[in-house]
Amino acid sequence: MLSGMLGRKVGMTQIFGENGAVIPVTIIEAGPCTVTQVKTDANDGYEAVQLGFDPIKLKHTTRPMLGHLGHDLKPTERQRREQQKASAKARQVARQKKATEAEADQAEAGASTTTAPATKGGSKRRGGARKELGPFAVLREVRVVGEIPAVGDTVSVDMFAVGEEVDIIGTSKGKGFGGVMKRHGFHGGQRTHGQSDRARAPGSIGPGTTPGRVYKGTRMAGRMGGDRVTVKALRVVQADSERNLLVVYGSVPGANGGLLMIRKSAVQMAVAARQRG
Amino acid sequence: MSVVPLIRAVEEAHLRTDVPEIASGDTVRVHVKVVEGTRERIQVFEGIVIRHHGEGLNRKFTVRRIAHSVGVERSFLMNSPRIDKIEVVRHAIVRRKNLYYMRGLRGKAARLKERRV
Repeated sequence: MLSGMLGRKVGMTQIFGENGAVIPVTIIEAGPCTVTQVKTDANDGYEAVQLGFDPIKLKHTTRPMLGHLGHDLKPTERQRREQQKASAKARQVARQKKATEAEADQAEAGASTTTAPATKGGSKRRGGARKELGPFAVLREVRVVGEIPAVGDTVSVDMFAVGEEVDIIGTSKGKGFGGVMKRHGFHGGQRTHGQSDRARAPGSIGPGTTPGRVYKGTRMAGRMGGDRVTVKALRVVQADSERNLLVVYGSVPGANGGLLMIRKSAVQMAVAARQRG
Repeated sequence: MSVVPLIRAVEEAHLRTDVPEIASGDTVRVHVKVVEGTRERIQVFEGIVIRHHGEGLNRKFTVRRIAHSVGVERSFLMNSPRIDKIEVVRHAIVRRKNLYYMRGLRGKAARLKERRV
């Protein structure tokens, strides 16, 4: 079983819960995700599964991506030229060999039978054992809990049950250059008592001669937002595997259409792990 | 997939089809479910619709009435399951959507001309 999957934020609305109470919810288009790679302890040093999400057109992808996803690749122009060169050389060698053999044949009549020169095809890189997956817009890794899925398996919102809690990771909306009040919640200065231009100022940023510098990590104004944000323990209100919709209580980071990682709640996982012993 | 249909898909299950069309100026009787301790009963709130806005699941309207010579306004969610039913008693001719001017009027001045349909 996987610990999470990928989705996109659709938007927020409100629905009616028990007793007609209004519940603010976020709708997430979650999955279906395809397992594109299984990372093992032996091979990679950790256990994880790489998931592909959001299918895209073949022309919008790269060759390295296609190769990774097990597609048969058309040779590049350079590969094709080299192949041509190689085969031309092989033909030449064969011709020379034939000529020398003919001479030898003439010398000692019909003493040896020749075998055809083995031509080596250069383009076959894989035996087509792997399934062609995707291509996908997004590849992300998630941890595995228990049973390890196979490459090509799909994951849907079925993995989440209504009432379960999930952690959601996204990228928060960019806020631009924010002052200390907006960025760090400073209170700003006095607005009255003869103050001017101090209402949103940060105040002192440190002591004087000793240490004679500003401490590292002092909170100041600067770029705000666009960070990776995790929201923990959001309750699943609805999981619709037919439409690939996940409805959770409350808000999630980022703008509508933003990529989200939906993970089983870390707290719940820890509790479950303890119960297993 | 386009985004709006997905939101609609989630909202659809909660939409009510049994509520009437309401316009500003209408006199309505809203039957509200009220929980008193353990038992539930229906309370009727009758007055003039002075405001309505929103769409889909988020439609809201506000009803104003004069109770014991005090103006009382109550807002409702059109699709709320807390509403038992809504009756439209009469329609009125009004020239704007938000009838906030009703707040400053009382008695004879607070009458609206009926619109018969």
